[in-house]
Amino acid sequence: MIKNIICTVCPRGCSISVKGENSIVESVENYGCKRGIEYAKAEFVCPVRILTTVVKVDGKDELIPVRSNKPIPKSKILECMEEIRKTTITLPVKMHQVIIENVCDTGVSIVATKEF
Amino acid sequence: MYKIDCTVAVIGGGPAGLAAAISAKKEGAEKVIIVERDNALGGILQQCIHPGFGLTRFKEELTGPEYYSRFTSRLEEEGVDVLLNTMVLEVNGKTNKIICVNGEYGLTEINAKSIVLSMGCRERTRANIVVPGTRPAGLYTAGSAQRLINRQNVMVGKKAVILGSGDIGMIMARRLTLEGAKVELVVELMPYLAGLTRNRVQCLDDFGIPLKLSHTITAIVGEKRVEGVKIAPVDQNKKPILEKEEFIPCDTVLFSVGLIPENELSKGAGVEINPITNGPTVNQYMQTNIPSIFASGNVVHVNDLVDNVSSESETAGKYACLYANGKLNSNSEVITVKTGSNVRYVCPQKIALQEGKASLYFRVLSPDENVTLIAKDGDTILARKKELRVSPGEMCNLSIDVSKIVNGVTVEVVKE
Repeated sequence: MIKNIICTVCPRGCSISVKGENSIVESVENYGCKRGIEYAKAEFVCPVRILTTVVKVDGKDELIPVRSNKPIPKSKILECMEEIRKTTITLPVKMHQVIIENVCDTGVSIVATKEF
Repeated sequence: MYKIDCTVAVIGGGPAGLAAAISAKKEGAEKVIIVERDNALGGILQQCIHPGFGLTRFKEELTGPEYYSRFTSRLEEEGVDVLLNTMVLEVNGKTNKIICVNGEYGLTEINAKSIVLSMGCRERTRANIVVPGTRPAGLYTAGSAQRLINRQNVMVGKKAVILGSGDIGMIMARRLTLEGAKVELVVELMPYLAGLTRNRVQCLDDFGIPLKLSHTITAIVGEKRVEGVKIAPVDQNKKPILEKEEFIPCDTVLFSVGLIPENELSKGAGVEINPITNGPTVNQYMQTNIPSIFASGNVVHVNDLVDNVSSESETAGKYACLYANGKLNSNSEVITVKTGSNVRYVCPQKIALQEGKASLYFRVLSPDENVTLIAKDGDTILARKKELRVSPGEMCNLSIDVSKIVNGVTVEVVKE
């Protein structure tokens, strides 16, 4: 299988083609730099993203911004959103306080990105 | 009237104002005050909950709130005063008085020795770009939708079309999708993406949101609520080809069609506005034509990276303090920086011929590859730098030694 991957490491946006099956990469072509090769390989095998959203505060008219402390597999993003949407927190909240531990069994925590 | 005296008054508590205030205080200003109309500091970064900030400055990818927190957490120890919920009505360029209004003190007069303008910018709206059609509910600028969703817990709609492929538009396409709405389409007038490729990949491609380049909205349809939009491809003169018009049902339209520096207060104070940037004309100290008034951040020119805003604002704050303390010589000769080939504008536009270095920020007119950025005085090269790639959306910069300037400075981007 050949996948064309647009590199997002820098603004050049190289269109890199990766050949392989599942988690095995056979070849990487049309890359612009070494960082691009690494990015394209990772993106081919398991694309991951940092997820950011907000959580509601119990009984208050306030939203607290949150992020995943590590990238989450792209395929699990919407499932994680469901879980976060059900969550409410109580104040005060500290910067990078864990809001949800191991969200949807990803091994990643959702943490606050604001102190309030 | 309630009166406040201070050394440096900073108007606006966004990233520019925060960096300017801290810098002025560090430079030795006795009393620094930030005047902010919102109920909290951080400016637009409060609603920019996505990552991507601070790579240059902090060498890590922060969200908006994480980025401004690195500044707000220092305000107390630095001893910067803050007036929230306070709207500035007038800046007097002759007396250095600021008239503002605040729920607690009522009409208030601030007497400052120097002033930093850091009001940021505003979004262009549907009215600015003149989109035909009706005026139903459901039309938002991308930024107001962002504020509603990320700060006020108000969802703007279920089925959206976004006009403009700038970064805010694409980031809102992702945000709407994550919150359960369907983004039907992103429409871009130009034949190329306005924002970063990385945002197209992570905000549109990841969620299968289609992007139509060289297209525009030709009509908004709906009486009480938006019922849909008509879109059409455009020809080389950006004129819609109406024979190819099609109808896209939706209940919400977001406009992400550019930003304009917010300079009503600056103009009222008598600050000279540059017709290309739409912001104050400044020198390397971020000082305007009125020696006691400085300006920094998006009020001067719309930046693509907040990291640049922070560093030019530190310059503004530092020199605002030096001016207030009588340590900035304002009588030296001043030259105007000229733009050479493929340079749209340079900020600062003026250079006061004194000691020290000056950072020149500039934008190109059109994209190019394998070029050299040059700042020169006649045949003398003051600074040069090779770049693999330049584009109008990404700010370039060069640093020059001001004491080496004899006649003037020209900035150009050339192929060699």
